[in-house]
Amino acid sequence: MSNAPAVLRIFGLIALIFSATMTLPLAVSWWLHDGAERVYRESLAVTLAAGALLWLATRRHTEELKVRDGFLLVVLVWMGLPAVATLPLLLYFPAMSFTDAYFETVSGLTASGATVVEGLDKLPFSINLWRAEMVWLGGMGLIVLAVAILPLLGVGGRQIFKAEAPGPMKEAKLTPRMAETAKGLWLVYGAISAACFAGYSWAGMSWNDALIHTFTTMGLGGFSSHDASFGFWNSPRIEAVAILFMTLAGMNFATHFLVLHRRSLKPYAIDPEVKGYLLVTFGSVLGVALYLWQKGTYPDLAEALRYAAFNVVSIATTTGYTNTDYNLWPMFAPLWMLFLSSFATCSGSTGGGIKMVRAFLLYKQVFRELLRAMHPAAVTPLKLGGETVPNAISFAVLAFGFMYMVSIVSLTLALSASGLDIVTAFSAAVASINNVGPGLNRVGPATTYASLSDFQTWVCTLGMLVGRLEIFTLLVVLTPAFWRK
Amino acid sequence: MKIIILGAGQVGTSVAESLVSEANDITVIDQEPERLSHLQDTLDLRTVAGNAASPSVLAEAGAADADLLIAVTQSDQTNLCACRIAKTLFNLPTRIARVRSTDFVQHPELLDEQNFAVDFSLCPEQIVTDYIVKLVEFPEALQVLEFAQGKVTLVAVRAFEGGPLVGHPLQEIRTHIPQVDARVAAIYRRDTPIIPEGDTIIEPGDEVFCLAATENIRRVMRELRRGDRPVKRIMIAGGGNIGFRLSRAMEERCQVKVIERDKRRAGWLARHLNDTLVLNGDATDERLLEAENIDGMDMFLALTNDDENNIMSALLAKRMGAARVLALINRRAYVDLVQAGEIDIAISPAQTSIGTLLAHVRRGDVAAVHSLRRGAAEALEIVAHGDAKSSQIVGRRVGEIKLPKGVTLAALVRTETQPEAAASGALGWVPGHRVIITHHETLVAPDDHVIVFAVSKRLVPKVEKLFQVGFGFF
Repeated sequence: MSNAPAVLRIFGLIALIFSATMTLPLAVSWWLHDGAERVYRESLAVTLAAGALLWLATRRHTEELKVRDGFLLVVLVWMGLPAVATLPLLLYFPAMSFTDAYFETVSGLTASGATVVEGLDKLPFSINLWRAEMVWLGGMGLIVLAVAILPLLGVGGRQIFKAEAPGPMKEAKLTPRMAETAKGLWLVYGAISAACFAGYSWAGMSWNDALIHTFTTMGLGGFSSHDASFGFWNSPRIEAVAILFMTLAGMNFATHFLVLHRRSLKPYAIDPEVKGYLLVTFGSVLGVALYLWQKGTYPDLAEALRYAAFNVVSIATTTGYTNTDYNLWPMFAPLWMLFLSSFATCSGSTGGGIKMVRAFLLYKQVFRELLRAMHPAAVTPLKLGGETVPNAISFAVLAFGFMYMVSIVSLTLALSASGLDIVTAFSAAVASINNVGPGLNRVGPATTYASLSDFQTWVCTLGMLVGRLEIFTLLVVLTPAFWRK
Repeated sequence: MKIIILGAGQVGTSVAESLVSEANDITVIDQEPERLSHLQDTLDLRTVAGNAASPSVLAEAGAADADLLIAVTQSDQTNLCACRIAKTLFNLPTRIARVRSTDFVQHPELLDEQNFAVDFSLCPEQIVTDYIVKLVEFPEALQVLEFAQGKVTLVAVRAFEGGPLVGHPLQEIRTHIPQVDARVAAIYRRDTPIIPEGDTIIEPGDEVFCLAATENIRRVMRELRRGDRPVKRIMIAGGGNIGFRLSRAMEERCQVKVIERDKRRAGWLARHLNDTLVLNGDATDERLLEAENIDGMDMFLALTNDDENNIMSALLAKRMGAARVLALINRRAYVDLVQAGEIDIAISPAQTSIGTLLAHVRRGDVAAVHSLRRGAAEALEIVAHGDAKSSQIVGRRVGEIKLPKGVTLAALVRTETQPEAAASGALGWVPGHRVIITHHETLVAPDDHVIVFAVSKRLVPKVEKLFQVGFGFF
């Protein structure tokens, strides 16, 4: 790879930017004297030094990145930055293994929300803030952030942008210039986050809890500063605010951008995903509520509705907050919620899974094959929201759907081979690849991933990265053809 | 009247044919000298070869003292440009243009005096489409025509054995459906017109023209046939302009299948239609028709550009079990040949779209003209002006008006004005139109829209003369 130095140079720069994000917990820790200040000072120094060294060593390599380099950079960023981000955790918990720390930071940056840390309530505020901040940064995308701040990626940056952006149609641009698009997306993200913070404060959270939960709600990450997650407050009002903002974060931020930009709600109506997303999510809320009520889990329908609404929305949007141990519910309900998590959120949102648009396209593809069987002469273009989808995209989506299944099956097999029971293995695989966080049984909502062996933890870490980078970006780098000149 | 027609295509030729018989000076401009010489051989008119949008060609055609410009060339741009030139250079009083593109239609301000200066624009494909949509809505009708902005409808129906009124004298219609006021305007029995009287008996196979307020028309038709079932499944052969517009208009109401031969056009159709099944193939391929359940179709519509193809595919579809078949046929000779045979309805696109155009050419205040029976007969909507002294119509009872034989005053549409309603003290009165089906005693008021039925086109000038206001009016 002739361009490896150029890739490393940009990676160095991104590491430098990333080190700046550590100043937030540093400042907070200094302000509150919570005893973790030293941790951030040292982490910041190490990260700065490493980034600067990398950049200095490669600063002469200012070649334009090619498509291949873009993939490499994205994979490097998504594997390297979590490693850097483990520093504060490793320094604060001397007993924590790198495996667990890396799992925790990958879970944060991929906005999954699975944790190995127990006793969250007793941690200093700044440690919880650092975990939450990673979710917020990773939710919208590290590369998008870099593109928005640094004009250094040039034309090749477009490829990198595409390699990270979730969803099958990556050509859509909001503005003619990519950097402007990235800025617009972050601005909208910031604005809705501010509204979320105000909402939580109004609903009765303390400012520091509100900040942490704003970060993890908007990134759809699901880290909390309490072991009991939202059960800590037991407040329907706080849960309602969370439901609202989780729902918003599960939509395409490009659509939010258009809504704010044009000051009209029409883009929501035009976006073909929004309707399906809302219908599936809230239809499931009703269905699960009725099911729980009928099964007698909650004798009161209103109570059933409250718990169903919060947990279904939380898992369907791949957030991973809980306000009760839904592992105790009849098995169908949590399985259905995990199933939702694999496709409910929209492309361009901070959620995981295959995204609503791919689910639509896969479904329409099936329908098209049925139609073709009945009417051999029929001309059947694939259409979504009135637009025709090129065949190249529908093939890519089919291949993606297949690889998604393969990933889930192979991760499940790997986990169950290592000795996990099948429900735990399957739910952990699904929860990792969909970036949900909690699974069932041993990794259920009432427990953490701390009980897993090192091997199992690495499998889940890989699952989260595979899910966040939508499989292909990672696979491309692993093919021999990629490394051939 | 001096008329310039731009374009000697389907529409241009049909317009020329209809107008030349009415004592008009007609000049036709076209780029193809061969087409023009053919036209000059068959009709009494002048032709000029050249670009219709060029000032010198228009001047040569006599635009300086012409009364009416009808721009119906293939190109929207040429038509629009010619209207602007005619207005600016020659101050030609009335300009009509064919505008096909929906892009232009969506911006009517482009057509006003300051811009393209088009007094009246028409899109023949859209007119034909609307006409076919009506036929799908009333599957039992041969023709469905609207007057007074859709308040009054005239339908042509073939009477069937088993219709309650068939075999009975006409006057019984009042006892059959007492709450509905309807009028039988004409009956054609084996192509001969019969002027209907109260004791006329409708026989099976008669082509009956009935007129009623639009909301009642279904009741009236049910008197003449057993009610056909509503159309739920249609198959269209040919995805051209008309095929596409019709599919788009019908796809939400019924199951639509379109057969298009050209692969690229089929792809285009599939992209631009939502619920229509687009099939790539030949409409005369019986295996394709069979595979696509032709025998379950309520209606088969052959709408390609090719007359022969339309006739053959319609015949095939009918033979294979389609409930009703309709074919678009441009050549008039073919229309007469096939209608009333195996093919249920034959439509001549030029005849269909020409009515709206003719309304602007006719003397007097003609609001609508519809050709009936492939141009042999005509129904007109005329505004009656003047008063009892100046007019032969206004202020008289229908029984007193001296109508030429073969002409019927079928209905009046009266605009209700505020003072009258206030005087009558009617509560809940809304301004609007009232449909009055005429009887001997009906009094014609000023500004009534009178719907007149003429069994032969030769009677039309007499009708126009009847409606002309005498000198006293001025």
